[in-house]
Amino acid sequence: MRSEGATAAADWRDEIFAALKAADIRQVGYVPDAGHARLIELCRADPDIRTVSLTTEEEGIALAAGAWLGGQRCALLMQSSGVGNCINMLSLPKACRFPLTMLVTMRGEWAEFNPWQVAMGSKTQAALELMDVLVYRAEQADDVAETVTAALDIAFNGSLVTAVLLAQRLIGAKQWVK
Amino acid sequence: MSTRPGDNHPRMDRRAAMHTLLAKRDGLLLVTGLGSTTYDAAAVGDNDANFYLWGAMGGAAMIGLGLALARPDRRVLVVTGDGDMLMGLGALATIGVQRPPNLTIAVFDNGRYAETGMQASHTDTAVELTGVARSCGIEAVFDLYHEAALAEFAGLVHSAHETLFARVAIRADEPPRVLPTRDGVFLKTRFRHALGVE
Repeated sequence: MRSEGATAAADWRDEIFAALKAADIRQVGYVPDAGHARLIELCRADPDIRTVSLTTEEEGIALAAGAWLGGQRCALLMQSSGVGNCINMLSLPKACRFPLTMLVTMRGEWAEFNPWQVAMGSKTQAALELMDVLVYRAEQADDVAETVTAALDIAFNGSLVTAVLLAQRLIGAKQWVK
Repeated sequence: MSTRPGDNHPRMDRRAAMHTLLAKRDGLLLVTGLGSTTYDAAAVGDNDANFYLWGAMGGAAMIGLGLALARPDRRVLVVTGDGDMLMGLGALATIGVQRPPNLTIAVFDNGRYAETGMQASHTDTAVELTGVARSCGIEAVFDLYHEAALAEFAGLVHSAHETLFARVAIRADEPPRVLPTRDGVFLKTRFRHALGVE
């Protein structure tokens, strides 16, 4: 049971940030996404986290491998459409057993305005699982912190790649006409 | 058929070039791209602080970036080929934004995909990697086609206070392959042991 005050204050984006800090994540690679905007801001403002803006998501898979070689933990933030870009580069953590957690904001699955997002959004989980990434979904705000923490734990305790899909229903459909 | 400006310069022997870059190792951390640069590094001599890629094409420079950011106390050298660099050209933009002072990217450029039958790469006729690196915000950029200049650059790798990028002009030949282990888990764990983080 949480107090009312805590419930009001706790935003799932802030809870992801707290989970990243608790897991000692020191590098965060990202391709910007509206659903990750607040989390990106929190990471950028933290002096102990180096944020790396990427031109394409697979750069982040290689960045994370380099970070781990040097003794640091790295997490990646991306949108579901970016998962497809990662497929071949995921052979790197698979061949070498590099740990990594990817936080993926979903598009193309809930009240999506743009049909071009549906092609990759509907195959995001399958694409990750094709490369043996362990996939977890967070559908509701209350699930997010626990799910992200669990995904980080498994990844860094077991030298595995995990992904948390943050459901589009959780994030809210993108407003196209403002 | 146009040729790229500067194409009439001499080109170096790739094995000699790798020898020169690694002559004074001094704790240098090395990442090599899949294919010939991995064989070149192995030919110079295996080292616990070598991380050889056998795949992940396009990823060498970004691995170097993650490593350089994680270990500001150490010098990181990425040596990869023009094909790998071209596949991950966006990495130069990302590195241009970050510019860690302990990172050097050296591209062995023979204008060829040596591994797959010596097909021409984009650098053979059109793309100047030095210009790309400069445009991406990397200020210390070198076009090297003489051993003497390469030797000077090898010293700079240990003393520079900014990200370095070098295009190393090498001949399109295939020296005998020297193959390091392909066991990625072993390479990773050995590297981390050498750094004291495993």
